[in-house]
Amino acid sequence: MNPIEGTIDSQSKSETAAGVKAGVAAGDEAALHPMFHNPRKLRLFKERFFYGSILLATLCALGFLFYLLFSIGAQGWEHLDMDFINNFPSRKPAQAGFKSAIWGTVWLGGMTLIFSVFFGVGAALYLQELSPKNRFTSSIQVSISTLAGVPSIIYGMLGLGIFVRFMGMGRSVLAGSLTLSLLIIPVIIIASREALKAVPDSMRMASFALGATRWQTVRDHVLPAAVPGIATGVILAMARAMGEAAPLIMLGALTYVAFVPSGPLDPFTAMPIQIFNWTSRPQEAFHDLASTGIIVLLGFLMLCNSVAIFIRLRWGRKL
Amino acid sequence: MKKVLLSVLLTATASTSQAFAVDKSLKGEVKLDGSSTVFPIAEAAAEEFQKEYPNVRVTVGVSGTGGGMKKYTVGEIDIANASRKMKDEEAKKATENKIETIELPIANDGIAVVVNPKNTFVKSLTLTQLKALWEPGSKVKTWKDLDPSFPADPVKLYGPGADSGTFDFFTEHVMGTARLSRSDYIASEDDNVLVTGVSKDKNALGYFGFAYFVENAKVIRDIPIVGKDGVAITPSAETIEKGTYSLARPLMIYVNKKSAQRPEVKAFVSFMLKNAGKLSKEVGYVPLKEAIYTDAIKKFDAAMSGKASH
Repeated sequence: MNPIEGTIDSQSKSETAAGVKAGVAAGDEAALHPMFHNPRKLRLFKERFFYGSILLATLCALGFLFYLLFSIGAQGWEHLDMDFINNFPSRKPAQAGFKSAIWGTVWLGGMTLIFSVFFGVGAALYLQELSPKNRFTSSIQVSISTLAGVPSIIYGMLGLGIFVRFMGMGRSVLAGSLTLSLLIIPVIIIASREALKAVPDSMRMASFALGATRWQTVRDHVLPAAVPGIATGVILAMARAMGEAAPLIMLGALTYVAFVPSGPLDPFTAMPIQIFNWTSRPQEAFHDLASTGIIVLLGFLMLCNSVAIFIRLRWGRKL
Repeated sequence: MKKVLLSVLLTATASTSQAFAVDKSLKGEVKLDGSSTVFPIAEAAAEEFQKEYPNVRVTVGVSGTGGGMKKYTVGEIDIANASRKMKDEEAKKATENKIETIELPIANDGIAVVVNPKNTFVKSLTLTQLKALWEPGSKVKTWKDLDPSFPADPVKLYGPGADSGTFDFFTEHVMGTARLSRSDYIASEDDNVLVTGVSKDKNALGYFGFAYFVENAKVIRDIPIVGKDGVAITPSAETIEKGTYSLARPLMIYVNKKSAQRPEVKAFVSFMLKNAGKLSKEVGYVPLKEAIYTDAIKKFDAAMSGKASH
């Protein structure tokens, strides 16, 4: 028996007990109404129905996920080897590799992380801890929530206009990571603010009472307490950024690159772009390569998520 | 025998052993962008070129012919890949930005008109029929509207979206005016989507690049096109090269003359022209006649030496 079922059972048992008690307490009234027991049965039925439907929802989600993983795995497993990771793209599917795409994504991810954490967490700290609560700051809050829902391709157009053309960065890692940062900063701000909100006020009060300044309070008490929540938000947002192809294609990121970027101003390609290119080729062998690419991208994202879990456990325990 | 052995060895250890001279002194960057149709050839040329010149960075983007031209005409890239000729307004913009252009042919491609294999009644189509089928406001709703001997089943159309060079070429050659087309068809920039669509729908008709037909010949059927001389011609490497197939088109590159002054760009363009025949065949396109490549090399050299004497 699984633990969920266990809880449900014990809950319904205690419910039965409560029902009996209620029945006893209600006394004569219960006797007057023969329908009295039916609502309880109905409630139990509703309980079972609810349990069944969430179980079905979970199974459906998992089913689709496993189907997807299985079909991609079956198609892409064959090419997954060191050659695939160490080779540059090629016109010959047997020799084609993912190296420039992997390193492009690593560069992009690293720089996006720096920019988005700095600006995202910074903005969240200001809005949550320091800013006065007035009409101006609440309008900022609404704008941020709106920005979080803007389609990613719009950010691509913005990046092309501002970073690539106006600021003259070209189609570089820098322009790409700034664009992706813009995309995920709203999400990071929202997640960080929630994490900061969850820190009990008593902690701040205690710190102020001991004479700490606002900055000391934030740095030494509020921020460390909020780290697990912030880290989760950041990693989820990063995973989204790493999987994006649309804004990068809009930006004019390249498709064939046979070198690893060596600095922030170098041209680059990224995993989703390479995957997209392979799926649009006429030859079946390239479609298989695309599946292999998806496996590597998924592995990369899982690595990111496990880092998030690690951080959460680590920091969570300290406090 | 030795040659065979060598080539086997070469393919086995292609990344480590190189049979040609490696020139490490040439450095720099060559930027290409444009048509997704030309991309496989550009990728192949870049790949081979960088084996000989490992310190030159060749990058290829895919923005579509129109997108590539936009970047080319403002001088953001050195070479534009195109699956159609440069338009007048694009040429004008390039001139405004003081960009001198050398137009060079790279390979041939055909546009295949295909139907589902279950459709056995269409034996061939004339350009006039294609026009009736695809023109804006077309009255053709069922196959019967196209030819009274066809069944009265509805026609389902599949074609590329408006950003594609294939769309530009097809409409120009069938309609007489580029970009004139009915819009009630299923459009996708991804030719594989069109292939899948036609292969699953017995009333479908679609058009896309010949290479996509070759790879999927088992699930779709190509329709011979009746040309101006009244003969129905099936698309094939031969008929496309000869130009007898009506929907054959040249693929080109447009080279910025100023960029080509840089030794790495010059070396790349020469390399691409010398190897385009072999490489285009490898990636599923139809090479041009040898003489056309020789002429293109001459044209490029002449343009370069002309510039040097200025």
